[in-house]
Amino acid sequence: MRLNPRWVDKLVRASLLFQAFFTVAILVAIVLIVFVRGIPHINAEFIFSYPEDMGRHGGIFPSIVGTVFLALLSIAFATPLGVGTAIFLTEYTKESTLTRVIRFGVESLAGIPSIIYGLFGFIFFVIKLKLGWSLISGTLTIMIMVLPTIIRTSEEAIKAVPRNLRMVSFSLGATKWETVTKVVLPSAASGILTGIMLSVGRAVSETAAVIFTMGSSLRLPTSLFDSGRTMAVHFYILAREGISMEKAYATALVLVVSILLINIAAYYTMNKMIAKYS
Amino acid sequence: MVKTFFSREQAIKLLLLLAAFSSLLFLFVIFIFILGEGLPLFYRVGLGNIILGFKWAPTKGSFGIFPMIVSSYMVTLGALLFGAPLALGCATYLAEYAGRKTKIFLKPALELLAGIPSVVYGFLGVIYIVPLIREHLGGPGFSILATSVVLGIMILPTIISISFDSLMSVPVTYREASVAMGATKWQTIQKVVLPAARSGILASFILGMGRAVGETMAVIMVAGNALKIPLSVLDPLRTLTSNIALELAYAAGDHRSGLFSTGVVLLIIIMILNFVANFWVKRRVAA
Amino acid sequence: MNGKLATRLALLLLIVIVFLGSLGLHRSGASRKDTITLAGSTSVMPFSEKLAEYFMVGNPKCAVDVQGGGSSAGVQAAMNKTVQIGMSSRKLRDDEKILKEIPICYDGISIIVHPGNPVRNITEDQVRQIYNGEIRNWKQLGWIDRAIDAVTREEGSGTRGAFEELVMKKEYIDDRIMVQDSNGSVKEVVATDPYAIGYVSLGMVDAKVKTLTIGGVAPTVTNIRQNRYHMVRPFLYLTLGDPQGTTKAFIDFVLSRDGQNILRREGLVPVRG
Repeated sequence: MRLNPRWVDKLVRASLLFQAFFTVAILVAIVLIVFVRGIPHINAEFIFSYPEDMGRHGGIFPSIVGTVFLALLSIAFATPLGVGTAIFLTEYTKESTLTRVIRFGVESLAGIPSIIYGLFGFIFFVIKLKLGWSLISGTLTIMIMVLPTIIRTSEEAIKAVPRNLRMVSFSLGATKWETVTKVVLPSAASGILTGIMLSVGRAVSETAAVIFTMGSSLRLPTSLFDSGRTMAVHFYILAREGISMEKAYATALVLVVSILLINIAAYYTMNKMIAKYS
Repeated sequence: MVKTFFSREQAIKLLLLLAAFSSLLFLFVIFIFILGEGLPLFYRVGLGNIILGFKWAPTKGSFGIFPMIVSSYMVTLGALLFGAPLALGCATYLAEYAGRKTKIFLKPALELLAGIPSVVYGFLGVIYIVPLIREHLGGPGFSILATSVVLGIMILPTIISISFDSLMSVPVTYREASVAMGATKWQTIQKVVLPAARSGILASFILGMGRAVGETMAVIMVAGNALKIPLSVLDPLRTLTSNIALELAYAAGDHRSGLFSTGVVLLIIIMILNFVANFWVKRRVAA
Repeated sequence: MNGKLATRLALLLLIVIVFLGSLGLHRSGASRKDTITLAGSTSVMPFSEKLAEYFMVGNPKCAVDVQGGGSSAGVQAAMNKTVQIGMSSRKLRDDEKILKEIPICYDGISIIVHPGNPVRNITEDQVRQIYNGEIRNWKQLGWIDRAIDAVTREEGSGTRGAFEELVMKKEYIDDRIMVQDSNGSVKEVVATDPYAIGYVSLGMVDAKVKTLTIGGVAPTVTNIRQNRYHMVRPFLYLTLGDPQGTTKAFIDFVLSRDGQNILRREGLVPVRG
């Protein structure tokens, strides 16, 4: 008996629709659960006060600060290196063994799992360089982690800049570097910004690499050598130890909302860049 | 004047070259340290004793991580079993059936959701999935099943995103030619589009596997972390990643070396997966 | 376009440099406060945190920073002078005895089960047999026919070390037993799994879990004091040489009546009073 292809078609379509729907539903449900169970416990006090009794009461201000410091500093260090690499690969060399080796290095870095970064950061920054569990150890580790993302997105952005813009610049007598800084980079700015924002999102949601390098102190980090928590680490400890379900959900909500906002901003910027060139 | 001008440009090129080399430098340093801390133990205790050893008792001289290798493998497979069909179905629907507006809305929405931290997945897994398994299927709830489900959900956005891109990059002409010959939509997808997108889809599976193998925090929360090789999907397990994270903070001396050795094994597995995804899949399908 | 971009970049760079500079100046906050650091046992950590909170209220010029890392790490850190006070929840080994040991309190290790579990009493032998894998089912303890979901701490944990020394004697903890890496997470598993059993620091016990009596003796502060309950270990503060300055002030506070009362309120057994 041969199944009528038309019927099979309809069946398949329905099944695929269901799969798509189910997938989206799971992911949306996750956000909704966090939202619904976290929102009752979010107020100004939660955002701005300090945790008390290991986090059972009080707020998460130090971990918000810790997260912001970590993200900003990692980006500050990673961006010049990343954009510099991207500029080098696109503007200053042709495809050769050199570029292939460098790209291999970047791709490999991208593939390393976060626990290995945690392991490396712990033995290298915390122990060998004696930086201890600190903001600087965390920053340097996360910097290396997000470097591949910045390099990749910057490269894409720079490549998307039309060649004739560069030609015009050269024909007007500009040097290569002048062209890069005055013509190419400004045009590629939104793409590069997208990469930066995606990296910020990554730094904010990282846990394994952060907990072994930045530590988990409840204090407000006021120097590069202070330990502190990021929201992700604080959430993990609250959840794992069952310290407070309410605070856990509330922290999760702040965390998820921050990341969603950052990613939305990243997409908005990326679309601006695409719109510019299509 | 001209001489200074060229030196400046060359200086800049040198600086940028150094920036580009930084990636290689970091990679090198990471490998040196991980291998430096982890390899000596392989020589001292014996490669076989570690990779094929069944007992992990690092404070008493046993460094066997075989059960963890098996467990990592099982949950990764489990994650693929749960996540890949669902993700592929979703990607196919999105690419082939969904309207333009739906595509534009859903794809970024799904990628946004990929940004949810893994600890949140683990947390929800402990609250909802573990008790469910314990009450309705038995065992402590912390199990291969729980871990596979959580990991499967986590890798959905990865597989969807890359598979979608692969499907979309199949030229429209392929589909048109197929329909012109009388095939239905599903026949077209099944026999023309999917095979054409095969390399990208496979790559997405392997990258999903890579993500599952490397996941740590969510796994610690739902796996139970028992040392024995799990004999059923309801048994608790410990993966290579959990092993490192559970004991790193307290470990010293040989114990710590053992954790780095675990890291070395993990790194090798992931590098192989990445290599396969990037080179083998694409080259083989092209041939 | 050029001028604007360059100015923006320069401004950003300036902000970053100022930011980093101001942070760098504050190494260890030494310019503002007298900071001492404690590190070591995660069992002792939450109580040190609490003591530190009270201490800093009364001594605003001092800061006390508490880190984890485990008893062994605490011993190492104290010996290397990385921290002023190391925390340990196990007794020191002979080669570690160059440190000055200051017991701040005693802690019982209590066996906990889910509040809905009808089992009330267990012998020390039975505990050992559960953890070495001989007893696997609740029916062997007088309950229903269902496997026991046992939980232990991870290797390297001071609490586990104390448990192994006091209960397991020379036997190994079975491989099939689940592992969690903190008192809190062990408690959490037992609180949510009706068939679970675990061991935690007595100070951590609360209404979420139920304690079992060992050979008829309940894990209470009184029973520990009167030597009836035997699963006990000391919480130690370790210093290299005699404590001075802020370190001494903090330790004096911990051993004072106020400090000991705080510990007593938390369910620990004070060393004095």
